[in-house]
Amino acid sequence: MDNIAGKKSGLVWAVHLSTLLLVALWVLPTFGLLVSSFRTGDQISSSGWWRSLMTQESQLPAIRLAGDEVQKDGAYVIEGQLFDGAGAEISRWGTSSKEPEAYGADETATLNDGVTLTVTAAGSFALKSAASMADMRMPRVFVTAATPPEFTTNNYSLVLFSPLAGQTIGQAFLNTLTVSIPATIIPILIAAFAAYALAWMEFPGRALLVAIVVGLLVVPLQLALIPLLQLHNMMGIGKSYLGIWMAHTGFGLPLAIYLLRNYMAGLPRDIIENARVDGATDFQIFVKIILPLSFPALASFAIFQFLWTWNDLLVALVFLGTGNDQQVLTGNLVNLMGSRGGDWEILSASAFISIAIPLVVFFAMQKYLVRGLLAGSVK
Amino acid sequence: MHPAVQALFVIVIGVGGCVGYFYFSNLFLDKVLYPARGPHAGRNINRANMIRPWLFLMPALVALGLYLAYPVFATAWLSLKGKNGDFVGLANYSQMMSEAKFWESMRNNMLWLIVVPALSTAFGLLAAQLSDRIRWGSIAKSLIFMPMAISFVGASVIWKLIYDTRPEGQAQIGLLNALWLKFDGGIGSLLLLKVLPALFLLSLVAAFAYVGWLLLRPLVTTPRREGVWVMAARALGIALILFFVFELVTWLAGLAGPLPYGTPQTWLTLPYWNSYFLMIVLVWIQTGFAMVILSAALRGVPEDTVEAAIIDGANPFQIFFQIKVPQIMSTIVVVWTTITIVVLKVFDIVLAMTNGQWETQVLANYMYDKLFRSLDWGVGSASAMVIMLLVTPILVWNVYNARKEMR
Repeated sequence: MDNIAGKKSGLVWAVHLSTLLLVALWVLPTFGLLVSSFRTGDQISSSGWWRSLMTQESQLPAIRLAGDEVQKDGAYVIEGQLFDGAGAEISRWGTSSKEPEAYGADETATLNDGVTLTVTAAGSFALKSAASMADMRMPRVFVTAATPPEFTTNNYSLVLFSPLAGQTIGQAFLNTLTVSIPATIIPILIAAFAAYALAWMEFPGRALLVAIVVGLLVVPLQLALIPLLQLHNMMGIGKSYLGIWMAHTGFGLPLAIYLLRNYMAGLPRDIIENARVDGATDFQIFVKIILPLSFPALASFAIFQFLWTWNDLLVALVFLGTGNDQQVLTGNLVNLMGSRGGDWEILSASAFISIAIPLVVFFAMQKYLVRGLLAGSVK
Repeated sequence: MHPAVQALFVIVIGVGGCVGYFYFSNLFLDKVLYPARGPHAGRNINRANMIRPWLFLMPALVALGLYLAYPVFATAWLSLKGKNGDFVGLANYSQMMSEAKFWESMRNNMLWLIVVPALSTAFGLLAAQLSDRIRWGSIAKSLIFMPMAISFVGASVIWKLIYDTRPEGQAQIGLLNALWLKFDGGIGSLLLLKVLPALFLLSLVAAFAYVGWLLLRPLVTTPRREGVWVMAARALGIALILFFVFELVTWLAGLAGPLPYGTPQTWLTLPYWNSYFLMIVLVWIQTGFAMVILSAALRGVPEDTVEAAIIDGANPFQIFFQIKVPQIMSTIVVVWTTITIVVLKVFDIVLAMTNGQWETQVLANYMYDKLFRSLDWGVGSASAMVIMLLVTPILVWNVYNARKEMR
């Protein structure tokens, strides 16, 4: 727009560059976690994710030798492989944690009692001794090796099917789905009828009700926790799916009514008046005219409510139990952060499973989300 | 019954129940209670039309009343009761006030309340302004908007990897520490970590001073020609700017001191700064929201005002700050207040990343601690009421605007 005055702006490159920088800043954190979730635990802890495409020189955890003893040329020999990592190349190794890089590849070290140990670059070792080593405590080997980049999907199968925080992520995924689908669908219908009444029916107290809905829009749900838990216990629901569905329905209603009312109030008056003149009842007008026309607003709200119920932690912590068949993804993730905080291969894969569905919904339905945001906040 | 099957069942029952309720209650009203025939047909139709709105509204009103309105009063009442259910007046409040952790939460919350909406709005404005001018802007927008879909817990995992710390001597896997260890105290560090940030902070101070002057000028030059609310808003803006300038100057002073080069930092345990590291997570999430709304508002700015400014010889910065921003001020306020409400309720991020340790506690997590870990419902409810109290001005403001709009 600044070019209108005939001045070709020299700032264009600056704009491109700063936008690129901004986008990079916003994408990089998620991208880092995504890359990490496909690396092995050893790799994650030995180098940053931004070096995942490079060959890495790193010190591996200590390996205790093991193998069967055979007699060869009058000496006792144990041979074997240190690790089965194909392509890894050992540069230095040692037998004590104080000097983990004492020897080079193919060098031979003399241990106690005349035992010798040779480690090749490819990772095979040979332990030789004049006497039998059956009673000897096997030595540990510290290895510094260059490992080629390696990606794996094991993390995902691990977290999906084995219970790490008392529950598998796969189960938590199902639970979350169980919470969010009904909690998305039920409020829509209730809100749609109320929104129609508030937008198109004349009755005393209508303006007051709209004001109340706007007020309830910002009431923090923190206030609702204890009274509602008491109420649920009194009604015999306790901590259950029924309880959380009802809670999410209640908490989602103000936004639903507000969004839908604003949208419906903007529909052309003629259509509705004509239908009235033709003898349609309010119920018919609502079902046959308003509902189909309001599809964009319904979709907007559905996306909001779905993202909100899927991503929610607080309501699930309070209104659902922590059992295997009730804990949701976010709760499981918080537990994992507490108990397996350093195991990034587990955390990153779990986190990605929990954000995958919202991201898919987001990219597929972004148009409606934006529309809903604009209708919901711009006055 | 498996919960998933139960869920399907509930969807069918819920949807069917709703449809059935609306259909049959309408049928009952029209055919049985006030049939539109017979001697009183006209009167009956009028009566039915008086009742019908309430039929439509009933389920929503019950749900709203039970799940949002009633709890506000119930919580207020609970906050006045002791552990045994006896009435104790304001004892819970005074007990809460005497706790250091509460004041820590208040202090942090105030910091969050100022920093997060400010940064999100600023970044959002920047992203909106930049991406509207380039061809791949919509892709850029979608990528900056993306964190909105990620849960606070997921975002916490993402950022915890960035803040990760390994002991000295090991390879750092957290981006922040890896960057930090690149600095060794030499001339490069001096330039990048001292001179450049100092210049940046100085320019920020200058920018704040400029905006402050823009806010102050009408008060000085054209006195008493504005409404009292506009004046109050200006005063609030100036107060905010003073806060920022004070904070920035403190940081500038901090830059002069020695920095612990070469040792990996545990970012989340650094007192004072760790709160900022948590805030960054929320800013990262909320910027997309601000950008989307502000971008729409910017596109709504009438082009002739911009053209007129160009003809008058305004530079791009003047166009942005003096032509565009004043015209989208009301949208900025809406974005700001919406993010403020999100900030007041922020809980997941603090719970997942530090759980309020190392002086990062905030009100919502403090409340959760009291309610569900110490099982002290009185004090917990009292702190929930504090959150409600902080929300109230925004609530009143929203209702006021909505009513104005209805007329």
